[in-house]
Parts: sequence; structure tokens; C-alpha cells
Amino acid sequence: MSITTWTWILVGVTFAIYILVAIRARAVSTGAFYTAERTIHPVLNGMATGADWMSAASFISMAGLISFMGRDGAIYLMGWTGGYVLLAMLLAPYLRKYGKFTVPGFIGDRYYSQGARVIALLCAIFISFTYVAGQMRGVGVVFSRFLNVPINTGVVIGMCIVFFYAVLGGMKGVTYTQVAQYCILIVAYMIPAIYISIMLTNNPIPAFGFGSTISAGGAEILNDASTQGRYLLDVLNGIHKDLGFSEYTAGVRPKTDLFFIVLALMVGTAGLPHVIIRFFTVPRIRDARASAGWALFFIVLLYTAAPAVAAFARTNFIKTVHNVHYDHAPQWLKNWEATGLIAWIDKNGDGIMQYGPGKAITGKPKYTGRSGHFGQALVSNIITTDPNELYIDRDIMVLANPEIARLPNWIIALVAAGGLAAALSTAAGLLLVISASISHDLMKGVLMPSMSEKGELLWARCAAAGAVVIAGLFGIFPPGFVAQVVAFAFGLAAASFFPVIIMGIFSKKTNVYGAMTGMITGITFTTAYIIYFKFINPGANRPANWWFGISPEGIGAVGMIINFTLMYVVSKVTPEPPQEIQDLVEKLRYPVERAAGETKISTDARRPY
Amino acid sequence: MTREQELQSYWKQNVTYIVILLSIWFTVSYLCGIVFIDQLDKLRIFGFPLGFWFANQGAEVIFCLLIIVYVWLMNRLDRKFDVFED
Repeated sequence: MSITTWTWILVGVTFAIYILVAIRARAVSTGAFYTAERTIHPVLNGMATGADWMSAASFISMAGLISFMGRDGAIYLMGWTGGYVLLAMLLAPYLRKYGKFTVPGFIGDRYYSQGARVIALLCAIFISFTYVAGQMRGVGVVFSRFLNVPINTGVVIGMCIVFFYAVLGGMKGVTYTQVAQYCILIVAYMIPAIYISIMLTNNPIPAFGFGSTISAGGAEILNDASTQGRYLLDVLNGIHKDLGFSEYTAGVRPKTDLFFIVLALMVGTAGLPHVIIRFFTVPRIRDARASAGWALFFIVLLYTAAPAVAAFARTNFIKTVHNVHYDHAPQWLKNWEATGLIAWIDKNGDGIMQYGPGKAITGKPKYTGRSGHFGQALVSNIITTDPNELYIDRDIMVLANPEIARLPNWIIALVAAGGLAAALSTAAGLLLVISASISHDLMKGVLMPSMSEKGELLWARCAAAGAVVIAGLFGIFPPGFVAQVVAFAFGLAAASFFPVIIMGIFSKKTNVYGAMTGMITGITFTTAYIIYFKFINPGANRPANWWFGISPEGIGAVGMIINFTLMYVVSKVTPEPPQEIQDLVEKLRYPVERAAGETKISTDARRPY
Repeated sequence: MTREQELQSYWKQNVTYIVILLSIWFTVSYLCGIVFIDQLDKLRIFGFPLGFWFANQGAEVIFCLLIIVYVWLMNRLDRKFDVFED
């Protein structure tokens, strides 16, 4: 069967699973809609968190990004995992103990201020919309590449599916679909990774194969018998040197910048509301701790394979394409040329593809529809003077993997289903945050406190539905700034939520004045820095102009430090919070508050999972 | 010791665990993976330069272990101070 047929079948089957799950897990109360009645087993919640967290970017783009960045690419690996340690130790158990539905809800109560709550909910909505726009676009892109459907139709199909299970099922529906989506995406990622690892190094575990020697079969695939028996990374470093790149295992970015980017990503992860609310769904406080561990375990499965895929794909790519005549180019190269992810411009007219540092063309390839002398698709872009003749989109490193590994068609289709699962699961988690921020915090919390549970649930569904539509519109008409503002989501989460929550738990004396000053200054500072370098004066976005050499991607970490400092200082010089707030903080610190000798606890009624 | 004091020492112990584990967290990622990466890269573990390995895989795996240790320590501590949830 052809790839397209297989893709339609697998995408159809997975979508049917999501819909079935949604029908079975319908939410009929606000408790079920926001927190799945707190009945999710920690292992399942770990899987759901993994899917919630790993977006289209993690699945499709990360390995490619790393393969072009070399050692510096590890900032994404560390930055997107380290936050879970902070979650497990500093946030999840205490917020779960607090037992409310949303993050802005906690901030509002802890700082006894509707103002703080409103700022927090606006941040939550802003962060989530920034993030969700990219996901819906991702759905459209996967549809268009694998199924030859226009991107917009793909976005609409994705919208309908998410609409169905997020609006109907709320957190309950989303949790169980995310579990299914995790299983699909991890299988789809690992099978090609394992195959490529075996092909090149004879080691079935990609993470180990990455540090092994190239096997005889591998050397044959790379068309270079001399590579046999040498370490893969040494071979890759050698190739890089020959072509004029810096070594793959050597870094080029300044260390200060890397340090702050990793800090901003880690702290941002721990402060992202759609990740935090996942820990509200487990029955007990110790489950919240364990669940963070499971989540990280499930994430690390993919994250340790990603750098391996990056190195394999890069070695294989350069060895099978560089200095090869276009007539002998591998089949996958020609297949992906049709989708605009690869372009070859025969600058010296010798019919041989040459790869090297620098850009081959400016921007993404725009095809003229005509073919060149050797049958290659011609582009109308401005051609640079660099000797590099190849344009390669970073997404190719994951998308073309199964074809490079000569895997059967159904596995290629599985990668498409995996990409969709990654994008949809993240989108659903974000939509829930938006919905809860509007219905629970804004409507019930601030504007209409007397609203009944039924009314609130209706608002929650309407808000989720509205958010799906807006997210879809973002996917269909992508605002040019989406790619620029992803750093924004992390920076803002790092500079706003993280410090306020941490101080709210670990310092009884932090008061509303400190929190408001800290939050507002942190947000303003981070926003101003990013907006200046990304929008007002993008030409100045160079290391020489950055403060202390910190790029806009890492500035959230500075915003966080400013927030912490101000919160501490201002709280010192203003009246301390009321006694009942200090008692509330005290209570957060213990899983149960029973007197010694008592064995049964009488906290709010819990159902076992 | 009154119950109040007991709970105080529970919290103190928890904070101690967190400080120790987060120092390891900081060491494996920021120190081994960024600050001293070039020095560590001179050493090798299989085909990896050591610093490169920490940044790419070591830190992530150690993060996982840190959470496991914390969960285990806290479950033990919860039982000891009788705040364990049944």
C-alpha cells in the first residue's frame, strides 16, 4: 500500500481512538472538567504530562535543530527537562495540596488580591495562546506534507478533533486522550531511531549507538569504508572539519548566554500553567511527586534519543549527499524536494551537489515550477554567493528518517500520526488553561462570583470552544510573529509565575505588595527586552548589543531574578500578610495535618484510581 | 516534642533534602554541561567527550534519578512524621 493510504488509515484510526475516549470520559462537573476529579493514576498522569509537554516542536523540529547546532543544541535538552526537578520538589506537591483548580486561583488566594489574580490570568491566557498558535499550524503542516491536503483544511480537521474532546471531556477527556497520544508519539519516534541506530552502529539503543563505533553495514551505507570501526562522533567531527564547519561536539555560543537560556527554559517549564495543572489531577500529594518523576521518565525516553537521531541523520545526510551527482541522489532526497524541505541549486553547473557552511538561498525555497538541467526543481529565490548548494529544512531530520532507514511505508505513516498526536495533545492542554482562566478565574472568580456550578461549566465549555476557534484562526492565518514569540512564553512564565508561586510556598512573610511589584516589574522588563530586540529593532539583535551578552531567549531568567529580589525587599519593608494567610501557607507544607497517633485522615472525599 | 515542633522539623528536613538534591541538579547541568564543559570534553566516555555527554544525556538521566530519590526520601519522611497519606 502507498504511504498516503497508510497515513489515512493510521490517522483515521488514531482520531477514532481520541473521539471514543472523549465520549467515554465526558465531564459532567467542574471538578471533572478542570481536574478530572483528581482520580488519575500517577503513571498515567506522567504519560499525559509527557504528551502535554512534548509539542510539535519537540517531535518534529528538535532533533533537526540540534543537528544544525551541534553541542549548543543541548540547551534544549537540558532546558526542557530540568524544570521537572523543580516541579517535583518546589511546586507540584504544594499546589496539589492547596487543592484548587487553577494557577491564577492560587496566586489570587495566597496574595489575598483580585488584582494579582487578574494579572496572573492574563499571563496564563497570553502564554497559552502564544504556544497554541504554533501547534495548530503544526497540525496543518503534517497534513499537507503527508496527505497532500491544503494546510488550512488540515488545521480545520485538527480543530474539529480538539473541539470534540476538549469541549466535551474537559480535563478528563484530555487526560485519557493524552495517554493514548503519548503511546503513539513515542512509538512513532523510537522505531525509526532504533532502526537507524542499528543500521549505522549495530546498537539497538539510539542513546548508546550515538557513542558507539560505526559498523561494517554502516560504513557501506555511508559509502566510506574508512569509517568502519571509528566512533560515530569522531567521524562526524571529521566531516564537519572537511567542510569548513566547526566540530560537531564543540560549542560556538558564549557560555553566559547558554547559561541564561537554559535557566529561562527550565524555570519557564516549571512555571507553564498547562504543565502545572496536570499535577492537580492525581489523588494524593505523594502521587504529585511521583507523577513528576514518571513524566520526566517518559520525556527523557524521547529526549535521549533526539540527540542521537540528530547525529545519525547529520552524518548520513552529508555522507550520502555531499559531492554526489544529482542523478545518483538517494530517493528520499527527491521525494522531499517536492515538499519544499530540500532544494538544490547547481551554482557551478557540474551536476554534483556540494554542501557546506552558509546559506544556499535566502528564505524558504519558492519553486518556479520548472525543472533544471538534471531534473531538479528550480527556485526563484535570491541565490547567495556561498559555495553551499543545498537548502535543508531542519524538520527533514525527523520526517525523512524512516525513508532514510528504508523502513516500510506504514512506519512513515506512523510518524505522521505521531506528529499529529504531539501537536494535538499540547494544543488540548493549552486550551484547557485558557478555558479555566476565563470561566473559573475571570467569570466565577472576579465578575460573577454567585454563578452556579452549571453556569460555570457552561462558561468553561464556551471558553474552550472559543479558544479552539481562535487557535484555529491563528493556524490558518499565522501571524508573522509566532516564531519570534515562543521565547516569550517561557520568558514570561519564568518572570511571572515561577517566583510568585515559589515565594508563596516557601516564604510566609511574602505579601501582596512584594508579589505585585515583583510580578509587574518582572513581566515589564522581560516583555520590553524581547519586544525591543524582536520587533522594534530586530537589526540590533546581536550579541554585541545584548545586556551582559544575554539573548532575548534567556532574558526571562533575569526577569525572574528581578522578580525574586523585589518581592523579598518590598515584603521586608511593608506590613506582613494577615495571620490566616500565614496559616494557609503553613498548611500547604504538610501532606496531611493529623495529630500524632491518628491513623485515618478526613480530608475532602477522595476516590481511589 | 510537641506536634508543632515535630512538623517544623519535618519541613526543615524537607528543605534540606531539596537543597542537597538541587545542588546536584545545578552541578550536572550548569557546571558539567555548560560552565566546565570544555575541560570535561578532554575526558572521554566511550565515543563521547564527557562534557558533551553530560549536556546531551547525562544531565537528563540524572534529573530523573534525582526525582526518584526525592520521592523515596519524602515517602520515608512522611511516614516518620506521621503525615503519610493512606
